[in-house]
Amino acid sequence: MTESDPRDDAPLSTSKRSDAVADATQDLADGKGSSIVARAVTINRPVGELFAYFRDFANLPSFMENVERIDVLDQRRSHWVVKGPAGKSYEWTSAITDEAQDGFIAWSSEDGADVPNSGRVEFRDAGARGTVVVATILYDPPGGVIGKLIAKMFQREPAIQARRDLRRFKQLMETGEIATAAMNRKQHEEELA
Amino acid sequence: MRALAWHGKHDVRVDTVDDPEIVNQRDCIIKVTATAICGSDLHLYDGYIPTMQAGDILGHEFMGEVVEVGAKSTLKKGQKVVVPFTIACGSCYHCGKHQYSACDNGLPADNQDIAQEIYGQPMSGLFGYSHMTGGYAGGQAEYVRVPFSDVGPIVIPDGVDDEKVLFLSDILPTGWMAAENAQIEPGDTVAVWGCGPVGLFAVQSAFLMGAERVIAIDHFPHRLDLAKKFGAETINYKESAVYEALMVMTGGIGPDAVIDSVGLEAHGFFVDNVVDQIKASTFLGTDRAHSIRQAIIACRKGGRVSMPAVYGGFIDKFPLGALMEKGLTLKTGQTHVQHYMPALLNAIMEGKIDTTFLISHRMDLEDAPKGYDMFKNNQNEVTKVVLKPGFN
Repeated sequence: MTESDPRDDAPLSTSKRSDAVADATQDLADGKGSSIVARAVTINRPVGELFAYFRDFANLPSFMENVERIDVLDQRRSHWVVKGPAGKSYEWTSAITDEAQDGFIAWSSEDGADVPNSGRVEFRDAGARGTVVVATILYDPPGGVIGKLIAKMFQREPAIQARRDLRRFKQLMETGEIATAAMNRKQHEEELA
Repeated sequence: MRALAWHGKHDVRVDTVDDPEIVNQRDCIIKVTATAICGSDLHLYDGYIPTMQAGDILGHEFMGEVVEVGAKSTLKKGQKVVVPFTIACGSCYHCGKHQYSACDNGLPADNQDIAQEIYGQPMSGLFGYSHMTGGYAGGQAEYVRVPFSDVGPIVIPDGVDDEKVLFLSDILPTGWMAAENAQIEPGDTVAVWGCGPVGLFAVQSAFLMGAERVIAIDHFPHRLDLAKKFGAETINYKESAVYEALMVMTGGIGPDAVIDSVGLEAHGFFVDNVVDQIKASTFLGTDRAHSIRQAIIACRKGGRVSMPAVYGGFIDKFPLGALMEKGLTLKTGQTHVQHYMPALLNAIMEGKIDTTFLISHRMDLEDAPKGYDMFKNNQNEVTKVVLKPGFN
């Protein structure tokens, strides 16, 4: 690990250094994955409300478009079924490795995951602006670099998904609904399929 | 229902398509009673705007009667409403500051990528204006699904003629905000480039805000006549040298505030701009950016530059030095329509602003393709085409 520059406050996920992934992984309780994606969004709602909604994993498919379903197994563990490119789906069981009420949730996939991943979602009170939500996700793209490219072509790359999912989370929390240009319910269902 | 759909360059048709329905709880459905063709619709017509798809329904200036409401809409069936062209949620930080065109949530999440890539942050959604602004079906149709109907549409009192209030949807607030951005002080001389609908409303607004003189610049005789009608002095740039004329007319000082309402005339993004950022640096060309350059050079020292004209990407030879050395203030942006609607509706009702003068042609929605052709090919006489379903 290289010493990080004390005069550079930019988050590790934006680093141009090749070993930034390793550095970022160290901050996670149980790091898994070789690609890193981090996204921040400011949501004009109180931190408690956002944390509570997010912590109930059964809520997540309402704004995570590529998640087919999440079965909550117990307080810590949940089973994820996620759409991949070309009609494939990927599954894993995820366990919460650490958390703080209204603060953060860290997770890691258990052994045997189709897409080994780990990450952390932080909730930070931002006063009059609401709450800053930062999601940092580490993952091993299925099929390595080529798989990542293919997934990107099919718009199911985790970096793209994370960005859009956070926007949808913000829309749902701020407006009570998720924006759609669908003209009617049939079109809307096709969009969600 | 019947709706005007884009099929390609200079190919718009009135098609029969599925009726819209309530999808989200804050939606309403309106039955369109009047809708206009905007200058910026011509950019779609000319095929300049990327991310258009065959079958997209156009139109972002429209009004009508509420015929269906979602569970969380605050509107009632039977109400007459004018709909803002900007689709804004009313609940995000930017809407809280009345910066509606900067709404965080108006665009579907997937459609935000392009704007984020080009501009750094995505803007609000727009009706009928390509998929990069949301892919929302527009108002040149019999019916429209209106999202966030509890914050967008303004209710019009009974008995008011559609034509008086239709332009609350876009060009009137855009002209008004242009004048507001010029931060006019009593006694000021304001120069306005472009006497299209936005420029003409900027002329009226500037006088209402206390300008002593307004100088309007164009070359279409009919449009210059309209500017004169509202008390502006005029410069025909085909006949006279604009900078020299302005300097003499202002006693060598220059206008206190300048308004560029030429640009791409409204909410445009040019294809080269977006698709190819390298080519983009040359695409706007001297012609299109000429008005903003001329405005900055003519503006008096310490004056204000207002730019309602839409620019989508990069321009060459921007007189940044003049802007800095003369200490000018530049204000611009897509219109925060929702913010201006209530006060402007009052101004119309009190007879302070004339809106109907602009309308040169009224047609049935079925004749919309003819309307596009006329608007494109005769900009002198065709100042505004209003389409009405069932007009014939």
